[in-house]
Amino acid sequence: MSAREIAILGVGMHPWGKWGRNFVEYGLVAARAALADAGIDWRKIQFVSGAATIRCGYPGYVAGATFAQALGWQGAQVNTSYAACASGSQALAAARSKILSGECEVALVIGADTTPKGFLAPQKGERPDDPDWVRFRLGITNPAYFGLYARRRMGLYGDTQEDFARVKVKNADHGFSNPNARYRKRFSMEDVAASAMVANPLRLMDICATSDGAAALIVSSLDFARRHGRGDAVRIAAISTVTPTFASEVLEMPDLATDSAVAAAAHRFRAALPRKAYEEAGIGPEDVHVAEVYDLSTALELDWYEDLQFCARGDAAGLLRAGVTRLGGRLPVNASGGLACFGEAVPAQALAQVCELAWQLRGTAGARQVEGAKVGITANQGLFGHGSSVIVKK
Amino acid sequence: MGTKTQIAALPGWYSLDGEPHLIGSRCIACRSYYFPKRTTACRNPACGSDTLEAVSLSRTGKLWSFTDACYQPPEPFLAPDPFVPFAIAAVELEHERMVVLGQVVSGVDVGQLRLGMTMELVVEPLFADEATESLVWKWRPV
Ligand SMILES: [Zn+2]
Repeated sequence: MSAREIAILGVGMHPWGKWGRNFVEYGLVAARAALADAGIDWRKIQFVSGAATIRCGYPGYVAGATFAQALGWQGAQVNTSYAACASGSQALAAARSKILSGECEVALVIGADTTPKGFLAPQKGERPDDPDWVRFRLGITNPAYFGLYARRRMGLYGDTQEDFARVKVKNADHGFSNPNARYRKRFSMEDVAASAMVANPLRLMDICATSDGAAALIVSSLDFARRHGRGDAVRIAAISTVTPTFASEVLEMPDLATDSAVAAAAHRFRAALPRKAYEEAGIGPEDVHVAEVYDLSTALELDWYEDLQFCARGDAAGLLRAGVTRLGGRLPVNASGGLACFGEAVPAQALAQVCELAWQLRGTAGARQVEGAKVGITANQGLFGHGSSVIVKK
Repeated sequence: MGTKTQIAALPGWYSLDGEPHLIGSRCIACRSYYFPKRTTACRNPACGSDTLEAVSLSRTGKLWSFTDACYQPPEPFLAPDPFVPFAIAAVELEHERMVVLGQVVSGVDVGQLRLGMTMELVVEPLFADEATESLVWKWRPV
């Protein structure tokens, strides 16, 4: 298995927020922080793997080159990946392939975004052939899908709105001391219950915002790490970016219908992502000490507990109520504060999850440190069959 | 009100007759259903057929889940003024083994819905101007 691993030499972020500046500025801050953390001169980087942003014009489509130029052209190879919310993981996977094939030894992986205000909405024009346009015409926004998933948990498993609020309160506690988090404020159950209903049963405080931010990683071959005195660096043991398998069990955003299960068994996409990661790393959910999951809504965090096989289907709220997933529990989830405290900066978010695991496994996460963490996993899902799960280990 | 011309907001997606139904498609080889309809290329990876036929989908199903839109969605949603919150349903069609989304008819809120209840397809205005009413499919509890 170790032949498939790469080392994380450096991590860096630009704090999440609504700063309103150019995404390149954020990326530069994150890249320089990661380079400094790795102790590697920028001119030594052989491959720049960028995660694209689609909201910042042409420079965003060619993010890899944009950051390479901003840091100063130095002849590195370059690539840009787009995979919706999993763009960062795809960029990381591209760097891993180059490293494992021997095409390069050390790479910069980077994602940054500047987000508009309000709902994420489709491009203008009349496009009835595009289901994403049609669902907006019908008034079915992203929070509506989160509301559907949350209500289904209540109906099938007996989850309550208090359980969802509990996720928010937990993540707000976790992120309170995280200098990279956008929202650093503790909330009570009453605060969540008093926030406005958006997509029943979910309230404003159950749903994550969109943010500006940037995250960067310096990754290398294990041999390169050893030669640079970093043989003890934390390692990436798995990167899963599998597609769904036909047919679909869950109605996925932005679809108006599932794929019919008449001719093929229905599969759950979210569960497939970590399953592949566990296989690749040769470990199981029982080996995990800390997890960063994509809590686009509070209720979705509970879905992830089950998709990550931390508990049986339907038991996630029990895990939460027992305190297992909070700091100090057996398996803390979203020690960083998660999307609840960050808001989503699409091309940077999956990389930010890996940054957090690197800090946790190094034992340098400060007040939010998970004691003795040696194995961590991320989970993330976006639109159009994209998602990822990354395993980091000591 | 009653004199307005009624048209489909999404022509070809559903019928406007007394017993309206969604128009989907079915693969002639593996029998998989699709909505919205496809004219070619079944997406079952074990199939690969290029021949799909237009079919009427079941008019009733079980409520898979539901939610609502408490705030006015962004464009291209055409909002009545003032905006009226509406419920949204995902309905599982037993025969087709698929779940289909849609608005819930006006006047029904989430308090009147529960998982597993039978829902029926109807057409109702999505929006209207002075001369026409644009109709769309919606789900109604039976
Ligand atoms: Zn077929």
